[in-house]
Amino acid sequence: MKQYLKKQALERVIHGVFLLLGLVTVGCVLLITIYLIVSGIPAIRKIGLVPFLFGKVWASTSKTNPQYGILPFILTSVYGTAGAIVLGVPIGFFTAVYLAKLAPPQLKSILSSAVSLLSGIPSVVYGLVGMLVLVPGIRKLFHIPDGASLLAAIIVLAIMILPSIIKVSVTALEAVPKEYEDASLALGATPVETYLRVSVPAARSGIAAAVVLGVGRAIGEAMAVMMVSGNAPNLPTSLFESVRFLTTAVASEMSYSSGLQQQALFSIALVLFLFILLINATLNFFLKRGKEA
Amino acid sequence: MKHKTLSSSRKAYVGCMKALMYLCAGLTGALVLFLVGYVLVKGLPNITWELLSTSPSYLTERIGILPDLMNTIYIVLATIVIVLPLGVGAAIYLTEYAKNKKLVAVIEYAAETLSGIPSIIYGLAGMLIFCEVLGMGTSLLAGALTLAVMNLPTILRTTQESLKTVPQSYREGAFGLGAGKWRVVRTVVLPGCIDGVITGCILSVGRILGESAALLFTAGFAHALHGIFDGLSSPGATLTVALYVYAKEEGEFEVAFAIAAILMLLTLAINLAAEFVARHFQKKKAL
Repeated sequence: MKQYLKKQALERVIHGVFLLLGLVTVGCVLLITIYLIVSGIPAIRKIGLVPFLFGKVWASTSKTNPQYGILPFILTSVYGTAGAIVLGVPIGFFTAVYLAKLAPPQLKSILSSAVSLLSGIPSVVYGLVGMLVLVPGIRKLFHIPDGASLLAAIIVLAIMILPSIIKVSVTALEAVPKEYEDASLALGATPVETYLRVSVPAARSGIAAAVVLGVGRAIGEAMAVMMVSGNAPNLPTSLFESVRFLTTAVASEMSYSSGLQQQALFSIALVLFLFILLINATLNFFLKRGKEA
Repeated sequence: MKHKTLSSSRKAYVGCMKALMYLCAGLTGALVLFLVGYVLVKGLPNITWELLSTSPSYLTERIGILPDLMNTIYIVLATIVIVLPLGVGAAIYLTEYAKNKKLVAVIEYAAETLSGIPSIIYGLAGMLIFCEVLGMGTSLLAGALTLAVMNLPTILRTTQESLKTVPQSYREGAFGLGAGKWRVVRTVVLPGCIDGVITGCILSVGRILGESAALLFTAGFAHALHGIFDGLSSPGATLTVALYVYAKEEGEFEVAFAIAAILMLLTLAINLAAEFVARHFQKKKAL
């Protein structure tokens, strides 16, 4: 009896330990959220929410009249992400349809490995190649003084989100029931028509999730973008402007900032975090709908 | 032929779409080939024994990446050691112990949120929490802790997936023989999820090797050579951070490409290992 009780106590302790380990994840999310909010709020209060979010000038290092408007960063992040999506999604989409439906097995396995490799390449390597190939290329092609620009960042981001888009879309396309396709083929549609007009609509939730995932990746990327975008806090008025993203705004000044300037950087991170939460919620919506369908 | 009667507009549609698919797939393939080829061609000739085996010195104007290599190894080891018990434990809790569905949903939602947070935010939060509040200062340990949080969802997910493939009858058999819950977990469930754990580790190592934004403010840029325990408590740059510093701040592109080539080879190795492990375990499961 005594041994039985002892054993039960042990079981309960172990149950508790695993419960704690399970809760670590929740704790981390809470901790990150709380710290970002607590350290992000003071600067917004000092600067004012509207001047902070919609101010067009960022001059944090000015001694006489420092200004903290992050509209240039917000717009750059939005435009940059939109550009990467416009460029990357069609390429990723067609590659995914080809991989999931048309490619011969051997070619499919080679290309899939290549796509996995693309997702494994460190972002600084993308940045380095962008710096030495893309930036001079843009400078020569468009005859501008410096190729480090929004356009360079968009191209690098489009390449970096390709693997997420392709992988998630392929998974969604492969999950489409074979019967749908058989029925369409039996009615006289060609394979290509079947894949694009039956399989793709059937997998639309998964493909939408792939796009949203790409948005999340693009808006959160820092290092590669920092190396090719020029980093000047300009309003993004043209593709060839040197620009600064929300992520790079945090990264580029963090190491030497202090006081209100540093607090403002935390506030930028908070804004970025809110964007990400919004994107995550959208992603979950599409994933759930995909599961229900 | 099957489609002899296809109208010309349908023929055009099929032709166009097919061409687009070939074009895009070809473009993706060519892009990977170019990236790998370019980095290796530019980087491999710059990898010398001196570069790999020395520390940088301003006196002799020598650049060596040995400290960065060691820092990378330290941070990979430390991160895996920290994240493994957390991730595997959480996965075991979710699949074996948890009865409250709401709690499971909350934990899974938290894991999804963690995997969506960009690394620069991890870097900032890590700096605030580990370096400042917990007083670790800029150090490899603070970097490893930050990366552990970042990789938690990866380990959690892969372990959880492989736990789901352990047949329920194994557990029931063990319970039927009179084993307690802990004994079942230890002797039946844990050995069954080893493939998921290994896959998770490989994925995490890949992510740690490629990470830079989260380490900038937590582990810093120093290039001093340390042993593992001194190393963990002092600041240090990993290979990726060193690449960034050499390329962006110092304009040493030859060194940067040498590091990029090393990183590329490591990425290739990690991908091959992941595929090998996946195939190996699939075969075992099929038996």
